[in-house]
Order: sequence, then C-alpha cells, then structure tokens
Amino acid sequence: MFDFISDYDDPTLLGAFWVTVQLTVFSGIGSLVWGTLLAAMRVSPVPLMRWFGTAYVNIVRNIPLTVIIVFTSLGLADIFGVTMGARDDFELQGFRLAVLGLIAYTAAFVCEALRSGINTVPVGQAEAARAIGLNFTQVLTLIVLPQAFRAVIGPLANVLIALTKNTTVAAAIGVAEAALLMKEMIENEAQTLLIGAVFAFGFVVLTLPTGLILGWLSKRLAVKR
Amino acid sequence: MTSVLYDAPGPRAKRRNVIFSVVFVAALLLLLWWVYRTMDDKGQLEWALWKPFTQAEAWTTYLLPGLGDTLKAAALSMVIALPLGAVLGIARMSDHRWVRVPAGAVVEIFRAIPVLLLMLFANEFFARSTDVTSEDRPLYAVVTGLVLYNASVLAEVVRAGILSLPRGQTEAAQAIGLRKSQTMSSILLPQAVTAMLPAIVSQLVVIVKDTALGGVMLGFTELLNSRGTLAANYANVIPSFIVVAVIFIVLNFILTSFASWLEARLRRSKRSTGAVLGAEDVDDLNAAEVGGPHKAGGGAV
Repeated sequence: MFDFISDYDDPTLLGAFWVTVQLTVFSGIGSLVWGTLLAAMRVSPVPLMRWFGTAYVNIVRNIPLTVIIVFTSLGLADIFGVTMGARDDFELQGFRLAVLGLIAYTAAFVCEALRSGINTVPVGQAEAARAIGLNFTQVLTLIVLPQAFRAVIGPLANVLIALTKNTTVAAAIGVAEAALLMKEMIENEAQTLLIGAVFAFGFVVLTLPTGLILGWLSKRLAVKR
Repeated sequence: MTSVLYDAPGPRAKRRNVIFSVVFVAALLLLLWWVYRTMDDKGQLEWALWKPFTQAEAWTTYLLPGLGDTLKAAALSMVIALPLGAVLGIARMSDHRWVRVPAGAVVEIFRAIPVLLLMLFANEFFARSTDVTSEDRPLYAVVTGLVLYNASVLAEVVRAGILSLPRGQTEAAQAIGLRKSQTMSSILLPQAVTAMLPAIVSQLVVIVKDTALGGVMLGFTELLNSRGTLAANYANVIPSFIVVAVIFIVLNFILTSFASWLEARLRRSKRSTGAVLGAEDVDDLNAAEVGGPHKAGGGAV
C-alpha cells in the first residue's frame, strides 16, 4: 500500500521534508534578524528610518509570496545576476534564492509582531531606564527588547508556523521540497488520497510541536506584571 | 515627537540623528544606484519595454483578464468559505461532543496544511474523479484549496467573534425564554458578524495573495501567470514584475485600509456591544496555531 514511497529516491520522502525543514530553519533565523532590524528602525528616533521601515512592511506584506519567490528566480538571478554564490549549482541556487525570498517576506511579519511587543512594555520601564542615563540603543537592547521578545513568543510562533507552510511556495522555482515531491507523486501514482494524507500528516507533524512547545514557552516566560 | 523609547531630541541628539539620516540615505542610494546600473546594463530601462503599459493592448490582452481571474477566484472562495466557516465555527461551539470534536478536527487539520498542497490535491482529484473540463480545472482547484483553508480560518474568526460578545447577551436571551438556536441566530450571530467584518475583509487580502499560487503551479490564468505571457511577448521581465507587484499592492492596500476604516468606525459606533475583531487577530489565526490564538503580549496580563 505504501510502496509508492520507496519508488522515489531523488529526493526521498524524508529527504524532501528535510529540505522543507532546512528552508524553515534558515529563513526563520534570517527573518528574525532582518525583522528585528526593521522593528528597531520603525521605533528609532530617526524619521527617515521610521519611514523606510513603515514603507517596507506595507509594501512587502501586500505582495503575494509567490510573486516574490518567482521574482528571485526570474528577476534577481536571471537579470540582476544574483546567484547567492552558487552560479553553476542550479539546485543550490534555487534553494538559496528561495531562502532570500522567504526572509524578505517573513521579516515584515516578524517586524509587526515585535512592534506590538514593544508596545506592551510600560512607558515607566523606558522612563526609568532613561532616568539612570541609558541612551536609545541601551534602552532598546537592555530594557525594552528583552521584555518585548518574551511578550511576543506566541505571535512569533504563529509567524514560524506560517513560514513552515509558506516554504511550499519554493516549489514554484523548482526547489525539491515536500510540495514539489507531492505534485510529482500525485501525478504518477494512483493513490491520490493516500499520498495527500501522507504529506498532510507530514506538515501536521512539523507544525504541531512548534505550536505546542512555543505556546508553553510563551506562558512560562511571560513577564508577570 | 516623543515615544516610549526616547525624549524630544536635544541639540546633540539632533546632530546625531542628522548623521544617521545621512549615512542611511547614502546606503539606500548606493543600493538604488546598483539596481539602476544593472537594469541599465541589461537594457531593462529602455522605453520599448515600458511602452506597452501606456497602451491599451497590454492591459486588455494580458493584465486585465489576469486581474479578472484573480478577483473571480478570490470572490468565489470568499462567498463559499464564509457560510461554510460559519457552520464549522458554530459546530465547534456545540454542546454535543459528537458535533464539537469532528468540527474541531476539521478546522485544526485544514489550518495546518499548506494551501498549495490543498490546491495540488484538488487539481489531481478533479482530473481523476470528476468530469470537470481541463479548461475549468485550475479555477476549480484554486477555489477548492482556498475554500478548505479559509473556511477553517473563518470558522475560528466566527468562534472568536461569538466569544468576544458580552456574556449578558446570552443570559438575557435565555432569560426571555429563547431556545439555543434562536439565541444563536437572532442574538449572537448578527452581532458577531458585525464584530467580525474587519477581520473578514482583511482575510480577503490573504485570499487574493494566495490565488497567485494557482498561477505558477496549476496554470491558472491569474495575474502572475498573465505576467509570464506578457513578458514572453514584450521581453520585459523586470517592468512586468514591477507593474504586477504594484497592482497587487494597490489592490491589497485598498482592502487593508477599508478593513481598518471599518474597524475604527465599528469601535466608535454606540449601538454595538463594543466587540470588534481587527486585522491583527486574523494574522494570528492564519498561523494554524493549536490551542487557540495568542494575542500579542497575551501572556503579560
């Protein structure tokens, strides 16, 4: 009944899901860094940076991820020559471009989550920090962001789960991850329903623990006020 | 301007801000200059590539039909998903375990599966088990995928909307002797729908964006797909991407602005119960988080 799984060895079922996990991890780390920078810009005292952060978030959030991912391949790679250090290895190039696209898109949502976290920090905290003579960078990195991060673990978990599901869009530029393998399998094999169930189960396995663990963590680490 | 993080700037802070601004603008200009140079080198700035967008032909042949298909799929999905979501959401709050548990399972499972998988599956299912013509199949598959996903998200919106109503509404309805179904249909649901309206409008943005998946993976002739045909004809890859992105941004920006206008209006109005579900609540719901949505800073009560 499940022998269709062993017929595919490039990639195997587990191999394809491993690529999905890798896409999620690399894009997750990248968008956390870029999203934090964007959030810092959006709350910074420099009006131009605030303006840039706002514009970035509003523009990127309203473009479909599919358009962004397809653009990294047809636009960035083919026209601008951005090959992410993998000019000859087409597979690696696709993977890295997909990560780039996912970071650009997900960072906008990370930024919004963090900004809402910054808003939960009471004004008194920052006032007290300024009163003992800390400057903007110190207030942000020592007082506000640590509390904001603990408040937004829940929302960030949601962003991470959405990212896990969004990695399937990388199939649009031929990255050999779960969605692409499912498309291939489902077209060649007779057991449409079974294959669909196997891949659906795979994603439930990936997203369920993330939600449970980070949900538990967010309650555990919440700042008691 | 003051905020949580900094005071009104003094002379030193003002000077520092100017320096930061200059450095930031310089970095931004450097990036833009690189983009401009590369585009110029590759001949993407030539007027011939942009000219089609000033003439009717590119719009009537490619972009408008593509936009039409995008809107058609989005509208169909919304119209079908909304009642389905309402039924699922209400079923999930049922007093009967045998109704509540299956409805909950359906909602949680379809929220956890990527929309693309649902679309691919629906496409193959229609090809094998039904006699939908291959011409109509992409639209059917896209709508099916979007309906399955968004109905379960909307089910959570409906549930959150009903739960956000003050308890007194149910209690008063019971006090005047309404049955459970009467309480739901004439007291709770109408108020919940009002509270949900902004969330529903912003869910439309998610649907509009997801139609693009059908264009790349199933050959559905929506906006991103017609961009490909257009670029094949005029060889204007970058201009066509820019124009299509701008159309999506404008369209979704209108929807987002409408949702927040609606939210502000509903919050102001005196007749409502004061329960409003905003756009941010939907962002939480879209993540398929298990065990109910988290609010930003929800732990810090």
